[in-house]
Amino acid sequence: MTTTAEQAAAAICAEHGDDRTRLLDILLAVQRRHGRLDDGIIDALAARLGIPRVDVAGVVSFYSFLGDEPRGRIVIRLCNDVPDLMVGADKVAEGLEEELGIRFGETTPDGRFTLEWASCIGMSDQAPAALFNDVVVPNLGPGAARRLVRELKLHPEVADLRRLIVREYGDGKNSHDLVRAAVKNNIRRPGEVILADMAHGAGLRKALAMSPAEVIREVKTARLRGRGGAGFPTGMKWEFTRAGDAGQRYLVCNADEGEPGTFKDRVVLTERPDLLFEGMTIAGYAIGASRGLLYLRGEYAYLREYLEHVLSERRGQGLLGEGVCGKAGFDFDIRIQLGAGAYVCGEESALISSCEGLRGDPKNRPPFPAQRGYLGRPTSVNNVETLCCVPRILEMGSGWFASLGSRKSTGTKLLSVSGDCTRRGVYEVPLGTRLRAVLEMCGADEPVAVQVGGPSGQMVGPADFEREICFDDLATGGALVVFGAGRDPLAIASQYLAFFIHESCGYCTPCRVGNVLLKERLDRIRAGRGEAADLDYLQTLGQTVKAASRCGLGQTSPNPVLSTLRSFRSAYEALLVTPAGGAQPGFDLEGRLAEAKALTGRGSVHFGS
Amino acid sequence: MAKPRVATASLCGCFGCHMSLLDIDDRILQLVELVDFDRCPIDDIKEITGPVDIGLIEGGCCNEENVKVLQEFRRHCKVLVSVGDCAINGGVPALRNLVPLRECYEEAYLRGPSVDNPSGRIPDDEEIPLLLDRVVPCHEVVRIDHFLPGCPPSADTLWAALTALLAGRAPELPYELVKYD
Ligand SMILES: Cc1cc2nc3c(=O)[nH]c(=O)nc-3n(C[C@H](O)[C@H](O)[C@H](O)COP(=O)(O)O)c2cc1C
Ligand code: SF4
Ligand code: SF4
Repeated sequence: MTTTAEQAAAAICAEHGDDRTRLLDILLAVQRRHGRLDDGIIDALAARLGIPRVDVAGVVSFYSFLGDEPRGRIVIRLCNDVPDLMVGADKVAEGLEEELGIRFGETTPDGRFTLEWASCIGMSDQAPAALFNDVVVPNLGPGAARRLVRELKLHPEVADLRRLIVREYGDGKNSHDLVRAAVKNNIRRPGEVILADMAHGAGLRKALAMSPAEVIREVKTARLRGRGGAGFPTGMKWEFTRAGDAGQRYLVCNADEGEPGTFKDRVVLTERPDLLFEGMTIAGYAIGASRGLLYLRGEYAYLREYLEHVLSERRGQGLLGEGVCGKAGFDFDIRIQLGAGAYVCGEESALISSCEGLRGDPKNRPPFPAQRGYLGRPTSVNNVETLCCVPRILEMGSGWFASLGSRKSTGTKLLSVSGDCTRRGVYEVPLGTRLRAVLEMCGADEPVAVQVGGPSGQMVGPADFEREICFDDLATGGALVVFGAGRDPLAIASQYLAFFIHESCGYCTPCRVGNVLLKERLDRIRAGRGEAADLDYLQTLGQTVKAASRCGLGQTSPNPVLSTLRSFRSAYEALLVTPAGGAQPGFDLEGRLAEAKALTGRGSVHFGS
Repeated sequence: MAKPRVATASLCGCFGCHMSLLDIDDRILQLVELVDFDRCPIDDIKEITGPVDIGLIEGGCCNEENVKVLQEFRRHCKVLVSVGDCAINGGVPALRNLVPLRECYEEAYLRGPSVDNPSGRIPDDEEIPLLLDRVVPCHEVVRIDHFLPGCPPSADTLWAALTALLAGRAPELPYELVKYD
């Protein structure tokens, strides 16, 4: 017997052409409608799509926005990233728990509210922040959180959550009819390339007047390197993709922006969508792709309608679709793929899996995406900011672009600055800018530490402030979190490890287990029960995890420990103890005996208590 | 010159590692020529009598007495070796780490099929050492210098390791001696 929920699920499959590669979209839609993906629904979907049940269940269990437990009609996801905790996200959590009478991870008995923690939601400059379903609530203090929940309780049937929650729109396009968000752009320093005033379209027209090979050559001459973290030369990636099998190829824009502390792509998506789509179109032309995908992280779902609107406007203007700009033979269109809350999906091969409706597991390489990517076809995955540089390079010339920044790191870089400073927000600076200069711009008062590049990057101290932000020195995908006096770099490293433990896909043992062991040992040292040999242990284990992990997540996850060991070694050393008689300081005899004492009702004979 | 002194103990183990030591066959005659034994289950000396050159530990720590003995060994032994999987990983006894301690006690003293305990209480007799809430490997309790894997390590492994240590070398064992599958 099929329930109405199962029938509705089947209808949603039909809306997606019963295409199993659209499984993620289907599941998101069913989850939105029913609040859960239970066994009956999973069976119905598997039968309808003609795939094994486990393929559906595996995807449901992978993504944090999906689940088989019933969730409330309003899911509140409070961000627990470091900048949020620094400004009291824990107090906000207490307020929410008290007001709703449930703990995090629970749903109210009336099925209205669910409380969950979220990894960074891309709002570090306006922390603490939370998502109420798709609606972003930035700058959420404990008092405001309580008031908001009380107000929502008064409205059992919420047709338009956004209207009820958002009191004041943010700057720029955040007040656009299709966005209506309280989010602020906080653009502090527009630079020459991406946040400059510009007219759109010149780059695309120029590109289409050239051959694809010439476009690639121009991008190579500009020495453009990827802005998503790895810094791979963009022109070379396109060349590889173009050299892949003839036939359909794909261009994928990575707007997953999951690296904690990074939010610059959010601002670009809000303020420069045309520049991005123009860049994607040029990239499609260069690699010979007629289809593009924008992988938009689930946390940015509030931008979706607006971005769809921009896309349809571009179709109307002949900038997308058949014969782009009247160029016969060049067809290109873009589909938006929504993510569902998984950091590892930012890794390009995992991102491709996710676009294919699979679990977001990274894949083995080779083959590289350029050879066999989305649906097995040659695919180029590029970051939002990277693609935005492209029309500007075409428009202004590769020489102009290469003259910005430093020799090996050309152009500008968008930085997302948050933490202990007075001017949090987005800065576009020439690559090669010294860290100290950025700290001065953002009003950081004698910081003790800066996390450059998010948890997967480096934690540096004042000795490194003269270093340059560029690919060959302090590389960063854009995150810069400032820590002022009184902050504890080791505590922060431990929080970042918790993030990696949560986000590991679990495929490789070094990553799945190693990160847990690193955190245990680090926390032991922090508790004053570590000895000198523990520092060697951390160093060796950290290097092992890096060397033996399959994807970039595990290859960078020990960085919070390894970089603090380098930059803040004295902080570690100050905590070490030298136990007498060869005892291990980490062994807590009292703690280990407490339960037996309680159960037997007597003290220890051997240790006299 | 006095012979080097060796001490051994079985903590939370099955004595299999000690049996393996006896398995060195006639080399045992060489061994007694080479060393003097201090505390050891084989000679039944109950307490370490003085400084020891090499201590061999079988078994992990499951109770306070194990901890006490291990600490005593660490204090007296120049070189301390974890022998066998129980000492190194906790081994079979550590399976109880999956069971809450209360259930372990109740099974042993209250509910087990062969238990006759009219008092219905978990005994508080001081002769019964308090259990740790989980079985831990030796190197979590004290510093350990060398590890000899195996369940038990073979007689050849033990012999090779002992003779190396007596010669003042770290026991670097060939793959065949530490590979078990
Ligand atoms: C765990 C992990 C997360 C990542 N997250 C992102 C991301 O959110 N955005 C991004 O552009 N690149 C991310 N990357 C890097 C991508 O794998 C890929 O290198 C990048 O999208 C390529 O684009 P680019 O060459 O323009 O930088 C991530 C990598 C790893 C290992
Ligand atoms: S390194 Fe970590 S995240 Fe990457 S594949 Fe292995 S387990 Fe998964
Ligand atoms: S390692 Fe094996 S032989 Fe040695 S004590 Fe443990 S169970 Fe017995």
